[in-house]
Amino acid sequence: MARTIKIDPITRLEGHGKIQIFLDDDGAVEDCYFQIPELRGFERFVEGRPIEELPRIVTRICGVCPASHHLASAKAVDACFGGQVAPLALKLRDMYYHAHFIHSHIAHFYALAAPDFVCGPGCDPAQRNILGVVAKVGLAIGGKVIEARSQAQRIQTILGGRSTHPVWCLPGGVSKGLNDGELEEIRPLVANLADFTQFSLRLFREVVLGNPEYVDLILNGPYTLDVHNMGLVDADNAVNFYDGQVRVVDFEGHEICKYAPADYARYVAEHVEPWTYLKFPYLKQRGWQGFKEGRDTSLYTATPLARLNVADRMATPKAQEAYEEMFATLGGKPCKALLAAHWARLVEMVQNAEMLQRYCDDPDITERDYRIVPDRITGEGVGIVEAMRGTLTHHYTCDENGICTSANLIVGTTNNNAAIHMVTRKVAATMIKPGVEPDQGILNLVEMAFRSFDPCFSCATHSLPGRMPLEVALIQGGEVTRTFRRDPS
Amino acid sequence: MADRKLQVALYWGAACGGCDVAVLDTDAFILDLAAAADLRFWPIAVDGKYDDVEAMADGELDLAIFNGAVRNTENQHVAELLRRKAKLLVAFGSCAHLGGIPGLANAASRDEIFHRAYLANPSLEEGNVVLPVTEKKVASGTLEIPKLYRRVHKLDDVVPVDYYVAGCPPAPEQVKAVLKAVISGKLPARGSVVGCSERAVCDDCKRRKEEKKVKRFYRPWQVLQDPERCLLEQGIVCAGSVTRSGCGVRCPNSGMPCRGCYGPTAGVRDQGAKFISAIASIVDSRDPDEIASILGQIPDVMGYAYRFGLPAATIPGTARSL
Repeated sequence: MARTIKIDPITRLEGHGKIQIFLDDDGAVEDCYFQIPELRGFERFVEGRPIEELPRIVTRICGVCPASHHLASAKAVDACFGGQVAPLALKLRDMYYHAHFIHSHIAHFYALAAPDFVCGPGCDPAQRNILGVVAKVGLAIGGKVIEARSQAQRIQTILGGRSTHPVWCLPGGVSKGLNDGELEEIRPLVANLADFTQFSLRLFREVVLGNPEYVDLILNGPYTLDVHNMGLVDADNAVNFYDGQVRVVDFEGHEICKYAPADYARYVAEHVEPWTYLKFPYLKQRGWQGFKEGRDTSLYTATPLARLNVADRMATPKAQEAYEEMFATLGGKPCKALLAAHWARLVEMVQNAEMLQRYCDDPDITERDYRIVPDRITGEGVGIVEAMRGTLTHHYTCDENGICTSANLIVGTTNNNAAIHMVTRKVAATMIKPGVEPDQGILNLVEMAFRSFDPCFSCATHSLPGRMPLEVALIQGGEVTRTFRRDPS
Repeated sequence: MADRKLQVALYWGAACGGCDVAVLDTDAFILDLAAAADLRFWPIAVDGKYDDVEAMADGELDLAIFNGAVRNTENQHVAELLRRKAKLLVAFGSCAHLGGIPGLANAASRDEIFHRAYLANPSLEEGNVVLPVTEKKVASGTLEIPKLYRRVHKLDDVVPVDYYVAGCPPAPEQVKAVLKAVISGKLPARGSVVGCSERAVCDDCKRRKEEKKVKRFYRPWQVLQDPERCLLEQGIVCAGSVTRSGCGVRCPNSGMPCRGCYGPTAGVRDQGAKFISAIASIVDSRDPDEIASILGQIPDVMGYAYRFGLPAATIPGTARSL
């Protein structure tokens, strides 16, 4: 008898999501859908607002990566005013953003990803959370993690006045600078974070790479897709989070295109499906080809792993070492093993910490010329940054009084919507076998598919304690015949 | 409550996750919270499901913390469910308290929102006419998604609320204080806004105040401000005088004006109306034409006055019906 498995709600998502799996008469997966049940309408309701207010409105799209939206918005607004920005402000914004990355990556890696590896994908679900991780690695390390994330938040607060929901950017610069006393307060925090990023790499080597089963799962499991990669790179094709050009590289390593932010609409388009509120971006010049991987695909991922795949190098020396080690271990570049995104996050954090150190030693960083008052309104702008979870595009237009007339946003995780949908289907089809009842362990393996993306509808998943509650209902003839649920903790 | 652990649920409606980061930003206190409370339902973090909550006895939970606004059928369903199951229901953060920034959507219709998102923007697939629908038949069966309401609602529009925690997001120190108060059982009168002060942001702002008389309003980008002086006195529109304090004056301290996330001061029903009257009262002119011209320098009064509270406005055009 054909039946349906509903995973609703999947949790540890920013917002809400659900998965529906259709099984055929033999119990094999016939089809699978990843649905987003929410729409908040930011693109419409920012119309009519003064354009300079947008950076402090769009932050509320996501409370875990508000700085990504704040900065993409600030860049779009800069461009609406002719694009001139105080050079010092560019440094301060970049500095802020590196601290923001560290906060988010720590939260994701330790609260969300680590339980699957430290405790194990098939362990007692009641233990498979951040508290289980702390129990396993000890309070000393748990405390270290809490301290490091807190320090990353503190650096943002010192620099821009707030961590969650910054209000700091104005067209042409930022609203406050960094003074000598504040710099001295930041310095030791940065030193500790630099140590912490190396510590995290060591932990990954020990816990994940030291376990042949995990290495096999990463490299040979169903968690791969033949789709392209997208990410921001600087003039040397090194990884950059705040600025540069968007580069797209195919799954064999060939560059497909490279574009400046203002040209995004020539390269990316969005497909709409009636069964979900979230759109599906694809490479416009290849056209919408459906949910398919392989040579003809127009789909791509935009993740930490994709960023490292599209770049030729990291921007700092220790990050470069970590990057080379990662690709050497994974069998070369580009890497299609989606679970390696967890490792890529740690490599990125090394660059974040090194860049913070560089800014701390920049003799100009405490200067006062952090803002230029714009002298004209030019009316249109596109701002692109790398959000933690993918390339983030904000495109605005405004009238001659600087009132927003339109906004278009392509958010980090939206880029990955098709890939998440497809890999969830692939993992479900591999793990759910005819004649074998899907158990909790199998469900966790399905969850691990989208968890590798750190999806932005899971932003808040960065919170403690991290464990994915799941429910699966078996439906036969329209009736729920059986419900599987992780044990309540 | 000392003899047993508190039974607690946390949930988000139409939210951004910032309220959950605010809980996380209490740092090591999180471990104290986990020691004092069983987190029975917290979709972002622990393993409770809707069915688990349905199975609880009414009133079984000591506390349910709800952040986010009520935007669709799913949000409302869970709000009603938690109200039944919890002795105390807390509206946590600006969205649950007043509607929050997502509440600005009430200035647009649902059709306009759909139109912009799916039919008219520069990156849509050419010729797209597809819109999401609440029920869609596909080859293997039927797929459902919740219905989006025409309006955004604050939590107490759909269920009675016992306490409100202000802020977008609530400041971590305030979050800690509120959770400690719940753990110790020392709670103020029901209906209170907690985790904030009775003063206005202005009262706690260290900027120098002289005379509030304004001949010319400026948008924040138009001038380099005096970092020591009251922003409003410099002609930069700031909601600090009509906004409850408790945030730590974090925006004015960052060189930016307050936009009112902590909501109206004690005893004020409509923060936006209060804001408009406060602004009008400082215009330095008696000439009606000049007054009109000075006030005309402020664009988008609605977007300043009701930045965080359009669903809580008493003005017409914010219908409460679902």
